[in-house]
Amino acid sequence: MAELTYREAVARAIGQEMERDPTVYFLGEDVAAAGGVFKTTEGLLERFGPERVRDTPISEQAIIGAAMGAAMNGLRPIAELMFSDFFAVCWDMVANQIAKTRYMTNGQVELPIVIRTANGGGVRFGAQHSQSVETWMMAIPGLKVVVPSTPVDMIGLFAAAVRDPDPVIVVEPKVLYASKGDVPDGEILDRLGEARTVREGGDVTICAIGAMVPKALEAAGRLADDGVAADVIDVRSLVPLDVRAIADSVERTGHLVTVEENPRLCGWGAEIASIMADEKFYALDGPIVRVTTPHLPLPSADVLEDAAIPSVDRIIDGVRRSLG
Amino acid sequence: MVDTIQDADLDTRLSIYRMMQEGRLFEKRAQDLFLEGLVKGTSHLGIGQEAVAAGFAATLEPEDLVFCTYRGHVHTLLRGAPMGALMAELLGRANGICGGKGGSMHLTDVAHGAMGSYAIVGAHMPIAAGAAWAAKARGTGQVAVCFFGDGTTNIGTFHEALNMAAVWKLPVVFVCENNLYMEYTAIRDVTAVEHPAADRASAYGLESILIDGNDADAVHAVAVRTVGRARAGEGPSLVEAVTYRHGGHSRADPGKYRPTEEVEEWLRRDPIPLYRERLLAAGADEATLQGIERDVRDAVDRATEEAREGPFPDPGTLETELWADGGAAWRN
Repeated sequence: MAELTYREAVARAIGQEMERDPTVYFLGEDVAAAGGVFKTTEGLLERFGPERVRDTPISEQAIIGAAMGAAMNGLRPIAELMFSDFFAVCWDMVANQIAKTRYMTNGQVELPIVIRTANGGGVRFGAQHSQSVETWMMAIPGLKVVVPSTPVDMIGLFAAAVRDPDPVIVVEPKVLYASKGDVPDGEILDRLGEARTVREGGDVTICAIGAMVPKALEAAGRLADDGVAADVIDVRSLVPLDVRAIADSVERTGHLVTVEENPRLCGWGAEIASIMADEKFYALDGPIVRVTTPHLPLPSADVLEDAAIPSVDRIIDGVRRSLG
Repeated sequence: MVDTIQDADLDTRLSIYRMMQEGRLFEKRAQDLFLEGLVKGTSHLGIGQEAVAAGFAATLEPEDLVFCTYRGHVHTLLRGAPMGALMAELLGRANGICGGKGGSMHLTDVAHGAMGSYAIVGAHMPIAAGAAWAAKARGTGQVAVCFFGDGTTNIGTFHEALNMAAVWKLPVVFVCENNLYMEYTAIRDVTAVEHPAADRASAYGLESILIDGNDADAVHAVAVRTVGRARAGEGPSLVEAVTYRHGGHSRADPGKYRPTEEVEEWLRRDPIPLYRERLLAAGADEATLQGIERDVRDAVDRATEEAREGPFPDPGTLETELWADGGAAWRN
């Protein structure tokens, strides 16, 4: 057991999979010699050499396109998109090519690709380097999407993503890179499509992902002081979605609050709310409440950004609104 | 223009002739089936451009990887994809090469190295580069060949892929089929240079290669050279083959924006009759050529029959093959 930062966990995750499988290659901007702009990939070049750990030009379409072509011809590429905002630059590769090709060819093409990316706000980078874009990917059939919120999950979910035969987007909340957590020694392998109940309560279900998980836990701690016991579910995997875990909790609590860093419209929480309204309507004892960033680009100034992203206070307010 | 260097033996040239006939007659039949209402949606025919696909196809090894565009019936066929399964795909049948999920713009036959027809302009250029990267990394000796149209030279992926392929010295040949029109607009009206691909080669440290794409021997010669270079580890090439589509951009387009004289001139330069004459002059006998033509007609007839008789897809296949487990589930 060792205490690792999330940042260190990224490098350990990539290293674990590259060590295990010689067909795993890694490419991206500044990932090799520089060790990544967030220093998440330090030491990999030295360990695995320049053939397997490749610096690319600033060519997001070529990075993701090359990953797809390589996957079609026997490699298991890991591509880094430095900021998740850059999905907008290579969206055709992600949404039209990688996501659809297996289906369009009736299963002839297998695409074991991982795209990992630094996502979300809280670091004052402004509107084009702070977005939470996991819901973009969730909306495209053919992409799996996971959002690890701890160092150990980063390794386990990443390993599962690399070993999965389908394209998986690993969304890393950049505000968590400096956060720490205990990580067991040896190989770590998790499963896609499984949520985790990170706190058990029974009065209300709070669903969160990524950087919203520690905030939801803090909110649950304060609510407990007031006698409200919350289930906190780290959804972890948006596609496949562990509906059962959420439904089981809602069945018991009768109340659901989602905590989403994404802008208001079409957030992942809206999908969960819709499913619960459809399938667990008679178990609900209050409104489903979505706590989100307002439907705005994220501002840069710390005061404004903090006002935009869901805070612990807003989560508590959301819970109170659901409980009525 | 690179001068024609006839480097192929007669058997190879007869095989190129057969392939051009296969492409031509397959697409003519596809057009007929559209008019009959048996093919839905759209299609983009390459009638008039067959020499480019055939000249390269004759050069490639079975393990090589070809990437083409939505105008990709011929390229896919000439990799060896079964003609009946291609025709059935156009007709939306269960025995189609993609089970009816792909259609005209997405013909793919991985088993024969036809790695897909890509319907977003330029997308397949970095994908082909990536396949070449894997070939190099794994030491397989494969070459990737990426066919694209003149319009592609003005989209970002063209430039990103060429740069990456050049920097990484990848075994890929990019083949621009310059048919003079991007869709309905003349390429010269929207491009800063005269030769949309060849004039850009120097920007990526590549040789400028411009050939007559209606001369199957010229195509074959350049294919031998560029594919050979790629296989020898000497890196990528960019070829511009000037050609002409006899019809419009797609099913919906009669191509009226093209001057009559221009169309007539290019019809006179139809690659297939030109090649036929050249083969006769080179000593092929008339009976052999007629035999090839008869064989191809019969093959197209059989393929049409196979397609027409194919069942429609079972609606139960709708939710299959999104994921590698064969299904399409996104939740438990």
